[in-house]
Amino acid sequence: MATALLYMPKTARRGEVITLKAVFSHPMETGYRRDVAGKPILRDIITTFTCRYEGVEVFRADFHAAIAANPFISFTTVATSSGQVIFTWTDGAGKSWSETAQLSVSA
Amino acid sequence: MIPVMSSTVRWAASQLVVSTLLMIAAVEIAFSQGIPSGELRSGFDTMGPETQGMQRDDTRNPAMLWVLEGSRHWTTDPGNGKPACSGCHGDAPQSMKGVAIRYPVHDPSTGKPVDLAGRIQQCQSIRQDAAANPRESRPLLALSAYVALQSRSMRIDPSADERLAPARESGRQLFTTRVGQLNLSCAQCHDDNRGKRLGGSLIPQGHSNGYPLYRLEWQGVGSLQRRIRNCLTGVRAEPYTYGDSALIDLEIYLRERAVGLMMEAPAVRP
Amino acid sequence: MTSRHPDRRNVIVSLATGAVLAMTSGIRAETADMEAAIRSFTKGGLIQTGKVKIDISPLVENGNSVSCGVGVDSPMTAANFVRRIALFNEKNPQPDIAVFHLNPRCGEARVDTRIRLATTQHLVAIAEMNDGSLWSDRIEVIVTIAACLEE
Repeated sequence: MATALLYMPKTARRGEVITLKAVFSHPMETGYRRDVAGKPILRDIITTFTCRYEGVEVFRADFHAAIAANPFISFTTVATSSGQVIFTWTDGAGKSWSETAQLSVSA
Repeated sequence: MIPVMSSTVRWAASQLVVSTLLMIAAVEIAFSQGIPSGELRSGFDTMGPETQGMQRDDTRNPAMLWVLEGSRHWTTDPGNGKPACSGCHGDAPQSMKGVAIRYPVHDPSTGKPVDLAGRIQQCQSIRQDAAANPRESRPLLALSAYVALQSRSMRIDPSADERLAPARESGRQLFTTRVGQLNLSCAQCHDDNRGKRLGGSLIPQGHSNGYPLYRLEWQGVGSLQRRIRNCLTGVRAEPYTYGDSALIDLEIYLRERAVGLMMEAPAVRP
Repeated sequence: MTSRHPDRRNVIVSLATGAVLAMTSGIRAETADMEAAIRSFTKGGLIQTGKVKIDISPLVENGNSVSCGVGVDSPMTAANFVRRIALFNEKNPQPDIAVFHLNPRCGEARVDTRIRLATTQHLVAIAEMNDGSLWSDRIEVIVTIAACLEE
């Protein structure tokens, strides 16, 4: 199960620009660190974050090792119609996690 | 302040810090006067506005990830027919409100003091008949953060149990006794030199009101015991192992020392 | 005695000039890695200064997690919008930080994240508009070091 926190309004008026924030639990391990025994810790980073709304990708971010642990992202989108907003994080090995929020849009 | 420019500069800076620490050790008297109540400051007050902003807004506080995990553990039973935390304690926002502000408490079953993490471990092994999460493990930090959150913004209110008095005194002595190759006590930095600078960092008063908390340095949530162990390493002393009675005694003394401050857990610190 | 003054002034002037030159060349010259990363993003296109703004504290307490925002002055309409914003750093082990892909549905061109900064250094943001034009901002961030050892 993914551990992620999504922060966005539950309701919005059509045409309103809303801010969406997401925090994902992940070490963003750079591959440059060593453990207490001196062994290198393998690189393990989230490389892509996407947000889909009304079935369309409305925002995407490519992350590198310089993104802090537990990656935080805040962006905006225009509320168009009620529906699911799907947040997806994908790591360098291609594994992905998704979380879904509902947005209710009034005229 | 000292910007880091290279490993050489970092090395030189660390030497400067060590020599500053040695100067403190040489100049200061061996016992501390403590902090007058009017001068109590949470670490929150002395950190930068950016870090304050992270703590003030839960949507920017990464410790809330641990709280989310803690809330899941709270309602998940151990799978052996024994109840989840919620099976006995119900909804944490009601039952755990005001609990963290008085811990550590005296535990009649062992005749010893127990801190919040230790109490959770005890519940896991005795009530849930399950393997207790080890100290500083992610699930134990998550549960501790979730329980501590329920006391947020309440005033620190240490247990008044008389049986804690010897442990509190032991904690006070540990806090004011010089240790390590640098021959420094906790009090020499956090009482006597609070508010001054060590390298680029401000010396905080060293209060316990934010723990467990998210440290940017750790890139994760850690306990007060982790913080104390790091301080001991800093003065080149052998740190006590997690759960050691010396660390519990220090926690009891630090609870008393933080009276007048609000609970901020899970806080954010640089 | 008076004859020494012009000499001293000359010395001071030349020192000052040298310092200014050193500073400006320090500001202008990216490390080779960052230059290469920027080139691979811009494909060598002309970068203009303006429209983009990096929003970051000039002095940070810990480089492990630094709040960093980037905004672009754009109406974000179908005719005029920001396509991508890239963030680069000068002195981490690798120069790339992130690339944000935007479109008119964003409504605004504003993204916030948290980044790692290994040390005091410059950051560069480059925005690519839908017409292909490239705009940039550049800022210096001072990273202080922690006093005590941590594990």
